[in-house]
Amino acid sequence: MSEAQTIGRRRPARELASLESNRRVRARYAADRRLQAYGIIAIGLAIGLLGILLASLIATGYPAFTQTKVNLEIYVDPAKVDPKDPAQGNFRAIVRDALVSNFPEATTDKQKTDLTKILTSDASYIVRDYVVRHPETVGQRVTLPIAVSDPFDQLYKGVIPKEVDALSWSQVEWFERLQNRGVVVAEGGRTNLKLDVYVDPARIESGPPPTGDFAAVARDSLQAYLPDVHDTLLFTMLADNAPDAIKQRLEADPSLIGKTVSIALPVSEPFEVLAKGGTPKVPNPRFTAAQIAAFDALAARGLVHATFNWELFFNADSRFPERAGLAGAIMGTFYMLIVCFALSFPIGIAAAVYLEEFAPKNRLTDLIEVNINNLAAVPSVVFGLLGLAVFLGFFGLPRSTPLVGGMVLSLVTLPTIIIATRAALKAVPPSIREAALGVGASKHQVMLHHVLPLAMPGILTGTIIGMAHALGETAPLLLIGMNAFIPSVESMGVLEPATTLPTQIFSWADSPERGFVSRTSAAILVLLGFLVVMNMVAIVLRHRFERKW
Amino acid sequence: METNVEARPVIKVQAPAPVRDEMAQAAEQHEIKMTARDVNVYYGDKQALFDVSLDILDRSVTALIGPSGCGKSTFLRCLDRMNDVIEGCRVTGSITLDGQDVYAPQVDPVQLRARVGMVFQKPNPFPKSIFENVAYGPRIHGLIKTKADAEEVVVNSLTKAGLFEEVKDRLQESGTGLSGGQQQRLCIARAISVNPEVILMDEPCSALDPIATARIESLMDELKENYCIVIVTHSMQQAARVSQRTAFFHLGKLVEVDETAKIFTNPTDVRTQDYVTGRFG
Repeated sequence: MSEAQTIGRRRPARELASLESNRRVRARYAADRRLQAYGIIAIGLAIGLLGILLASLIATGYPAFTQTKVNLEIYVDPAKVDPKDPAQGNFRAIVRDALVSNFPEATTDKQKTDLTKILTSDASYIVRDYVVRHPETVGQRVTLPIAVSDPFDQLYKGVIPKEVDALSWSQVEWFERLQNRGVVVAEGGRTNLKLDVYVDPARIESGPPPTGDFAAVARDSLQAYLPDVHDTLLFTMLADNAPDAIKQRLEADPSLIGKTVSIALPVSEPFEVLAKGGTPKVPNPRFTAAQIAAFDALAARGLVHATFNWELFFNADSRFPERAGLAGAIMGTFYMLIVCFALSFPIGIAAAVYLEEFAPKNRLTDLIEVNINNLAAVPSVVFGLLGLAVFLGFFGLPRSTPLVGGMVLSLVTLPTIIIATRAALKAVPPSIREAALGVGASKHQVMLHHVLPLAMPGILTGTIIGMAHALGETAPLLLIGMNAFIPSVESMGVLEPATTLPTQIFSWADSPERGFVSRTSAAILVLLGFLVVMNMVAIVLRHRFERKW
Repeated sequence: METNVEARPVIKVQAPAPVRDEMAQAAEQHEIKMTARDVNVYYGDKQALFDVSLDILDRSVTALIGPSGCGKSTFLRCLDRMNDVIEGCRVTGSITLDGQDVYAPQVDPVQLRARVGMVFQKPNPFPKSIFENVAYGPRIHGLIKTKADAEEVVVNSLTKAGLFEEVKDRLQESGTGLSGGQQQRLCIARAISVNPEVILMDEPCSALDPIATARIESLMDELKENYCIVIVTHSMQQAARVSQRTAFFHLGKLVEVDETAKIFTNPTDVRTQDYVTGRFG
């Protein structure tokens, strides 16, 4: 070694890959791979969760994009509609007659009313609106597609079944426990429960013939086998004629009173099916047998069909899910975002330009800066409370309106816009400012002619992200009452009560009707669609305005 | 001076020593365009320039040389009040342009910069068309009213900057698409478009290759016939090639100012001697 270090000699070639260094290199590569793996796992998780979210939304939401309708031939009876004033006609009766005429077997009013429940409760308004638009149809027969009511819509789409399980999970479990104890016996094609019955003298008079509450005796004996079950559903296991079996036995042998005797009690119909290995079914209690038969008849004649649900986009809200749409919510959101943009874009840019370019650096501006950054982190519901207290309470602005909603949401978006604008202004290279100053531009000319246009892509991106944020806000809007029930878009305006997409989703999610389940998911998909479109616009704008220097 | 500028060698260590009398004569023909008297500049608490007094002659090139951080760029930026936009920057002393104090309260920096143009170290054309780059200055100063005016100014300025022939077919294309040397000449065209009297150049060639540098230098040679040019440069060869007078700055002080030939051959101050001979810096 010492020879090698003497001046003038070549140093001996060091081994490029010594054992020691090989180990270090391997460890380093392993660390690299680990880091990469963490990243891939994280991305995989995020994408997976997003996929699950989308899949579940689409799975629950897709039925809402079609609507079941009946092509109903309607006679617009001039006796019920005045051709001069068609809006005032008795359309309820017209719809009812049109539907019932298909089913001559329905004669009583009750039967007829029962049948009309196949159609949406809004059917008379659909016909009225049509006749008002086409007054010449009075006295003629027209065929109109009429939406069916929600249960039949769900039935046609297969969301709810025609028959439902007759027995609950616990009823099946009780029966299995009895089977395991060998109590369930099949005799002559019938299934019986061979129970030890204690014939309680307190319940049964000796007679003759013996009288008393035989049903109670039967119940007591069944209860004795399952003492931990405290549910009257248990007794549905016994057939209606089970007390008769006890009665007959006692009539044959009255001396059994006060004793315990083994008696075979017949089980009720569903348990009979269950004992034979089937799954007992009962008709869906939502429908009557007549309704089902009528609906099936209409379907068999090819009058029932599911079409794309344009009404989801062009109808306003309704109490009936089959008629409810998002038009009101989309309009409300549109008005609100216009107000929000009109307020927050100029104010945000003005504030950011002042803070970035003109404000002196002192404690006050530092304080303002810190607070703007803090505002971005304030929960939006707080802004909603502020809007409630100040805009509605103090200034007395009309509540539930897009004006107030937009004002509140501009509070939410302003910090985002200011921060994004300041970042965009900072990113403009100082050489451009110097160049403009060098040819004698004043401060505002430098700003307006050079810096702002160059910062515009960043500002627009920030603004659209802020707007997308506002689009999804729910809590502050609920506080100022922007979840109004809007059944018609015609009266909507900036100063009229309105609802928005997220609050509409909130209201629908709160509704008990089955149809609103899929409509909630569909509305969420529409909202997500708007968000995706806005973000794409942001990307396009950024690329279009992007300049190189 | 030299008429065949293209034929000049690009790399030359020192300018040929001109006859002393000729230079003195030349200096007498040039009137004083700008003066600086006891200029002190402070950035916050830190003083960057100490009592600088300097006369800048019209229709000639004055080079400011010195090691980095010596205050030559700071001094240059005082001349068109570009330091005003730097927060915490304070200037004392007096700087005059044709005898008028440029720091007088009634003088607006915008008006001043219409007469004192500036070219920066890095070519910084606006990300707009070549036409717009040149027409912008005259437009904001109200020098052009019609489209025809604008075209005249643009063509004139580009021609003076020696760029017109290269870009005449693509005036509407972006100025940022030009090569570095072309961009810098575009910036010069932009500076002269507002018809200034003084052009300040802050290391205009430091981002350019030798060929582009040679073009800019020959351009300076032509421009000095009509303008007063002040150039900050790190390259002593460049100072020797293009300037008639050279000022040497060191540690915020003006060490020596004299005719370029004298500075490079027979400086008075030993620090100048050390710097121009490469002892330090």
